[in-house]
Amino acid sequence: MDVLSRYEPLIDDFAAFRAACERPLPSVVRVNEIKATPERARTALEEEGVGYEPCEWHPGLLRLDTDHPGRTWGAFHGWVHGQEEVSALPAVVCDPEPGERVWAACAAPGGKATQLAARADDAGLVVANDRNLGRLSALRFNAERLGVTSMAVTNRDARNYSLDPFDFEEFDRALCDVPCSCEGTIRKNPDALDRWSLGYLDEIASTQEAILRRAIQATRSGGTVVYSTCTFAPEENEAVLDDVLDREDCRLVDFTCALDSRPGVTEWEGEHFDPSVQRAKRIYPHLNDTGGFFCAKLEVGG
Amino acid sequence: MSEPSDGLAENDGSRFDRLPATAAEREVSGRATRESVLDFWEERYGIDPAIFADYTFWEKGSRKLWAFRGEIDSPIEIESLGITFLRTRQEHWKPTTDAVQRFGRHATQNVLTLSREAARRFVAGEDQEIEWDGDWGYLIVAHDLAGEREPLGVGLYLHGELRSQIPKGRRRELREVDTGEQ
Repeated sequence: MDVLSRYEPLIDDFAAFRAACERPLPSVVRVNEIKATPERARTALEEEGVGYEPCEWHPGLLRLDTDHPGRTWGAFHGWVHGQEEVSALPAVVCDPEPGERVWAACAAPGGKATQLAARADDAGLVVANDRNLGRLSALRFNAERLGVTSMAVTNRDARNYSLDPFDFEEFDRALCDVPCSCEGTIRKNPDALDRWSLGYLDEIASTQEAILRRAIQATRSGGTVVYSTCTFAPEENEAVLDDVLDREDCRLVDFTCALDSRPGVTEWEGEHFDPSVQRAKRIYPHLNDTGGFFCAKLEVGG
Repeated sequence: MSEPSDGLAENDGSRFDRLPATAAEREVSGRATRESVLDFWEERYGIDPAIFADYTFWEKGSRKLWAFRGEIDSPIEIESLGITFLRTRQEHWKPTTDAVQRFGRHATQNVLTLSREAARRFVAGEDQEIEWDGDWGYLIVAHDLAGEREPLGVGLYLHGELRSQIPKGRRRELREVDTGEQ
């Protein structure tokens, strides 16, 4: 089945979208500022003869001319971490300050959670949770390699997450980078859509909604919750936001995004969503030569 | 499990317990103290205790210590807290690779700086004959990268040989540098 053709009504220049989905992704690393400045990380690459080009919207992201970024000195030292360019967006939108408590609800393998810690100068508390124990070991490995000392790792179901182990009641911020149908990762993984089905979309959407609701409940009034997926399906994106807006005390807020994006859609297959879902951003592969992505910012109690 | 004869409890490997400040406050048999940990880094590697001012130290697992930037209630039952930091089971305490990479740049002694080629062999896990006039035992092994000394990990120096202690999962076959330097 050709899954992506269902999005033709949503996407301008569908041919360019198609063509981008068939191209492999550039190799991108994020500089881990817990261990190195972008300048030093770039100098190390130059010493090794690895070519790079900074991503225009984010000085800490570098496109490399090697397919093996893990075999550089910078990777060994934890100065850089292989991370798809667009997946660096949600931690930038969440933007924790030093001293704040942040929940990464579905954190493994840890690219975004370690980025959250670095943005808070490794001086807040990132509670990085994942339900899957195997993926959790990858998260722990990455956090240690990147020198993240402000992270606590838990292994629970995010849908009914309990703060019992901790001596506080609420987070200041949360990042829900939820499990999804991963349509936007097709450039990295050409098999991504092999097991796609409408039934799976329904099932995963209810999981996504439960995780986002729990994040809103666990975040203080005035706090920030970021919702993201790497998929195009409105069932997993705007429809989830629409349900949560009805059921929890929160609102969608505007945010700036230096990547070229399109607003969330308010209508899909006969369903209409709350107009504020337009404040979310859809990022298509042909717009910035990245993977596909969806990102929304919510304020709790608003 | 019965209590050891000194009347102190055993370590509970399923949770994180904060290290006592001093031996007088110790409640678990054989547990390292904050004071002894700070002394270790200062005496062995010259790292100023002030570097660790914002950190709390924890034990989970047998004699495995963790460093966490911040405060949290003790004990706490979670999967991990900060980074693994120091192994204190043997007579000679052994820092972890990740701790040395994180804090080793503050070291002023027992740091062995390798050439780029020797560094490449070290991170691949190879043991090497190296001349070293300093102390034997666990050294911080470093090289120069992007204009400054940068710690690679821990080496065990004995009888003219530097044994790489880079754990298997962290070893890498890094490319040769083709700029001709070093």
